[in-house]
Amino acid sequence: MYTQMVEVSEAGLEDVSELAKTFDDKIDRGVTIEADDWMPQAYRETLVRQISQHAHSEIVGMLPEGNWITRAPSLERKSILMAKVQDEAGHGLYLYSAAETLGTSRDDMVDALLSGRAKYSSIFNYPTLSWADVGAIGWLVDGAAIINQIPLTRCSYGPYARAMVRVCKEESFHQRQGFEVLTVLSRGTPEQKALAQDALDRWWWPAVMMFGPPDGESLHNERSMRWKIKLFTNDELRQRFVDQCVPQAEFLGLTIPDSALAWNAERNHYDFGTPDWNEFYDVVRGNGPCNRERLGARVEAHEEGAWVREAALAHAAKRAR
Amino acid sequence: MSVPGWPLWEVFVRSAHGLAHKHVGSLHAADAEMALQNARDVYTRRREGASIWIVRSSDVVASQPEDRDALFSTAEDKPYRHPTHYLVPEGVKNL
Repeated sequence: MYTQMVEVSEAGLEDVSELAKTFDDKIDRGVTIEADDWMPQAYRETLVRQISQHAHSEIVGMLPEGNWITRAPSLERKSILMAKVQDEAGHGLYLYSAAETLGTSRDDMVDALLSGRAKYSSIFNYPTLSWADVGAIGWLVDGAAIINQIPLTRCSYGPYARAMVRVCKEESFHQRQGFEVLTVLSRGTPEQKALAQDALDRWWWPAVMMFGPPDGESLHNERSMRWKIKLFTNDELRQRFVDQCVPQAEFLGLTIPDSALAWNAERNHYDFGTPDWNEFYDVVRGNGPCNRERLGARVEAHEEGAWVREAALAHAAKRAR
Repeated sequence: MSVPGWPLWEVFVRSAHGLAHKHVGSLHAADAEMALQNARDVYTRRREGASIWIVRSSDVVASQPEDRDALFSTAEDKPYRHPTHYLVPEGVKNL
């Protein structure tokens, strides 16, 4: 997902105290943990990684779509796309703020992203080659994000849960506008329909991989689920995503590029093929089609904005005198 | 990071429906004026607000978790402060 490869902290050997018992009890009773409550160090560090990685994904996620704002096919589509990209910036900011309540600083998080220490979702390392890709991102990528984020509105950490409520409220238009773009294209000329199919062909598997490695390979699943900062496993969410998308693709008259895809009446779910996990790990390691370009764009924006940040501070200091 | 970060501000928004200002989140800005402008962009993109308050986070005085019992537990044994504590005799109206 937007936090598909969170390395979980190994800290936390002090967790035998009375405080830890109170903490565990709150988690069990579904009482949210708040910023100034005691929490195990490993819970804090895992959350900082998870939330900041989620924030970085929102910020880097502006780039593939921002790429199409000037070329969106109508004034309305430009307005919609701008609003969506602006929302992603907002979502990044809500999430950075939530992470900061855990004692990390914005500067540290930005530095971790720009220096390449922090990860963001692998999906944003794929290029947006045609207008149909904007539709596919809204439908598939935001659709997958919503499936992941809705349970997080009930996660154990209050500030994260509340940020997720805002994000989910705003995100549903993102998915719908994407589906609408593809509906128009798939009802259009054969060339337009081919564009839509091509976008689905390229985005399907990366979207399926957004939920992270299969449960067997996903370390620390158990502890994050115990702490209620992960409420469903990667494979459970992935199944939900596939089940949701198949009828939507049928409505569009597009073909999901998976020959193993078939309804399984016994399980009451769709069976589907295995993604190329080597590709996934390769992209996570920094070798996707756009990793260098994306990070380069963030570094450039940050460096070129340095004088603005300095000037604003100087102005504030001068006025305060 | 040669430039020190901008300070943190807490944002409160009053909706158009007559409710009080409600905390909606925080943000960084160089000064109050910029904080107000950023709050408008970050927290009111969908007509959520009719008014914004900005408070520097370092100026917020908050109760501590360890004081929770001392502050709030004394209200627990005072059910008579709630109307549901009282039995309304059958047939009596407008109580």
